[in-house]
Formats: sequence, structure tokens, C-alpha cells
Amino acid sequence: MLDDFMVRATLAGIGVAFAAAPLGCFVVWRRMAYFSDATAHAAMLGVALSLAMQISIVVGSVMVALAMAVTVNLLTWRGYAMDTVLGVLAHSALAFGLVAVSFLSGIRIDLMAYLFGDILAVSRVDLLVIWGGAALVVALIASRWSALLTSTLNEELAYASGLDPRREQLILTLSMAVTVAVAIKVVGVLLIAAMLIIPAAAARNLARTPEAMAMIAAAIGGVSVVAGLRAAYVFDAPAGPSIVCVAALLFAALGLVSWRNQRGT
Amino acid sequence: MNLVSIENLSVRYGANTVLRHVDLTVEPGEIVTIVGPNGSGKTSLLRAIIGATEPAEGQIKIKPGIRIGYAPQRLHFDSTLPITVERFMRLAERVRRQDCATALDAAGVPNLSQRQMSQLSVGQFQRVLLARALINRPEILLLDEATQGLDQPGSAAFYRQIETVRAETGCAVLMISHELHVVMSASDRVVCLNGHVCCEGTPAVVASAPEYRALFGTGTGGALALYRHDHDHDHEAAE
Repeated sequence: MLDDFMVRATLAGIGVAFAAAPLGCFVVWRRMAYFSDATAHAAMLGVALSLAMQISIVVGSVMVALAMAVTVNLLTWRGYAMDTVLGVLAHSALAFGLVAVSFLSGIRIDLMAYLFGDILAVSRVDLLVIWGGAALVVALIASRWSALLTSTLNEELAYASGLDPRREQLILTLSMAVTVAVAIKVVGVLLIAAMLIIPAAAARNLARTPEAMAMIAAAIGGVSVVAGLRAAYVFDAPAGPSIVCVAALLFAALGLVSWRNQRGT
Repeated sequence: MNLVSIENLSVRYGANTVLRHVDLTVEPGEIVTIVGPNGSGKTSLLRAIIGATEPAEGQIKIKPGIRIGYAPQRLHFDSTLPITVERFMRLAERVRRQDCATALDAAGVPNLSQRQMSQLSVGQFQRVLLARALINRPEILLLDEATQGLDQPGSAAFYRQIETVRAETGCAVLMISHELHVVMSASDRVVCLNGHVCCEGTPAVVASAPEYRALFGTGTGGALALYRHDHDHDHEAAE
């Protein structure tokens, strides 16, 4: 079954969608959409460094994305505004990454594959890495769910409950680094933020509790992957962007339905 | 034994000293209100007690193993976060559905448990925060501007609720307010803060202290004018 590239692609996409769903909810609730962009840009630097040092691209991009996450946390604790820190780090990382790639003469690399992903070329090993990373992220978020939620609601409330909101933020940003790094292959650096945000934003219209929102986001992400790949096959369109297009259409459809319901009542 | 005892506490943010040499104790069952103008360090004091801010100097002793109920000043529920009252109340570990209902009752808002937090009125919202603070049967309640956004009758009703809660559970209350004239009747002791403790004592003593009048003026009229001007802290409350 795994011999079929479409099956591997579907499984890879669903793995990413599952990890991105709960994480994406926090991205939406905490208004840190820009953070996922920044991590993705940092991952580009990771790709360049991995190629230069001839190590695994996933390992390289995880390392750089993690370093990015830790740096962002350290700088915001020191009082820098979050969007300034991200603006500086994200674009510096991207610039350094692009410069580093240009020095890699002799190695022919397909930059487009990293910018837009190459889900149809997912190997069995890639699949293992994606599902391993996704399982790690989902387990981490699930085990800290209440603590993460309390810290998201209110910093003081978290302290009064005996939690350290800074630790929870670190857990969240590290999970995001892992997710972004394993998702590069699937949707690419430019579109990973979409996989985090769009399913979660679409799920908001249907959910009454935070848990429901995460699960519905996972379902919407899964449907987007399956339908997006199918559409890409039928229309001979690029796979990663097609997945994001389906997610965006679902977002619009659910938004319209909920808007009509609200007007009706 | 004191539930909270603070000695010589100073808090700094960078080069900015927001609290200087503050002493404060809270005894079991006591209602203490902290009043002070904006930027007087009220919230920093509360943050230091819950451990959100490191003291630059001095120490905060809290009875070991104490159960604290805390209601924050602002709790903004983003409309992107769907959450029912009950789910919010049960965010802490091991909260039973039944305790949740009891706490909502005690806070004066039964029957709200299935409502969305973002759809509550200001008054309902503040009471849900109070209910959440009550849920683990605290020995001390910490309330940060709990009546923000309420009108005067609403605030008065809220403080009566606090008195009822204290009478029923015997918990101590440490609260921050800028509405001394409303809070007065409910407080055992008032601490007037402006970076340091300006004056403290029974509501009557504080209301008539010149330090308090210098900070708040006499514009609040009515209730305050009842008390004779007598600034010596050692004296009893005005007759």
C-alpha cells in the first residue's frame, strides 16, 4: 500500500494536519500567527545549513527552528515586543538562508521544493519522521493542555494556579518548531503557516469548547489534505498549494454558514 | 498565624521602582482592601503575592500549603476562543462538576454553566471569575479590581456578595479597589498605597487621613465627610 506515492502523500499530509490542529488553535487564540511564519523562515536557513554540512534536512531545520524558538522566548522575556523580535529574526534568518544557499555551488538544489513542499515525493522514511514528529507534538500538547489553556487566558491566573506561563510558552514554541520542520516536505516553508491557522480558524465557527475546536480543526485539516491531493491529481495542479486552497474554501464556506445562522437567530 | 505577611517589600521593573518598603499582613477571615491611584503599585503587590513578580527586596511569607483563590483584573476572552463557563471553571485539575455548580451558586450566578464566556455581561463575568476563585474553597481570596466596569449598584451588590462569602466560608479577602466609598462598609482594614503604604487602618481612619485626602481629594464627598478629620494613625476611628 505504501508503494503508492499518493497513499504516502495522503498519510504525510494527515500527519501534519493532526499536529497542526491543536497547535493552530493556540496560534489563533494567542494571536501569534506571525510566529509560525517566523519559524518557517528560520527553517529555510536550516535547509541551507543542512545541505552545506551534509546532514539530514529535517534534523537541520528542527535545530534551527528550535534555536529560533528559544531566541524569541529569551528576547520577549527581556522586554522586546513580540512582533518586533519576530520581524527581526524571521527575515534575518530567511536572508541568511538564501545567501547560504547561493554559496552552495556544485550542489544543485531545487529551492522551489522547499518553498512550496514536495508532498508527492514523500518517502517511507519521511513518513516515519512526519508521524514521529506529529505524535510527539500531539502528546506534548495533550499532556499540558489545561496548563497551556490557562496560560493563554491570563498570565496572572496561571501564576496563581502554580504554573509558569513562560514555560508553557516555551513548550508551545518548541512544538511549533518541530511541526514546521517536519511539515516542510509537505506544504513547504511558505505555506506551513496556512496549515496551522486556516483549519483552526475554520473550526472556530463550529466549536463550543477549546477541545472541540482542536478536534474539528484536525478533521478540517484532514479533509483538506485528501480533497486537495485529489484536486491536484485531477487538475494537474501543485499539491501543497491545492491543499491550502481547499482549506481556505472550507474556511469561507463555514464562515458563510455561521454568518447566515447568526443573522437568522 | 498570618496567612500572608509581607516585610519590607520593594518591586522594580528595570530602573523603575513601583513599590518601596511595603509591610502588609493578612489574618484569617479578615477583609483587607488596598486603595491607591493608578500606577500606585496595587497590581504589582498582588502579582508579587502570587509569584508573578520577583521582589527586588524584602520578603513575602505565605502560609505553607494555603489554598489561594485569585480573580484577575482583566481577563479578555478573545472571540476566537470558544469556551463555556463550566469548562473555564474546570480548567484547574480535578474539579468536579458539582463543585463548579456550588461555586457558581455562591457567587450568585447559578444556571450559567453552559453559556459561552464571551457572551456574558460584565456583571455575570465578574461573578464567574469570583466563582472560579471560590472553587477550591480558598483560605484567602485575592481580587484585583473585581468591580471594574460595574456601575455603583452593581459594585455594591458585588461587595455584599464578598461579605456573604466571607461569612459563609470564613476565608480572608485581600482586594484591590479604586472605589473606596463603595468598598468601605465591607472592609475590616484599608491600606492606602502610593508606591509605599501611605496610611492604613479601619476605613474611617483611612478616609480621614490627610495622606488619603491628598491622593483622592474630598471630591468623593458624602460618605467620607461623615468621618471627622483626624490624621493620627494611633487614634481610634472617628466617633
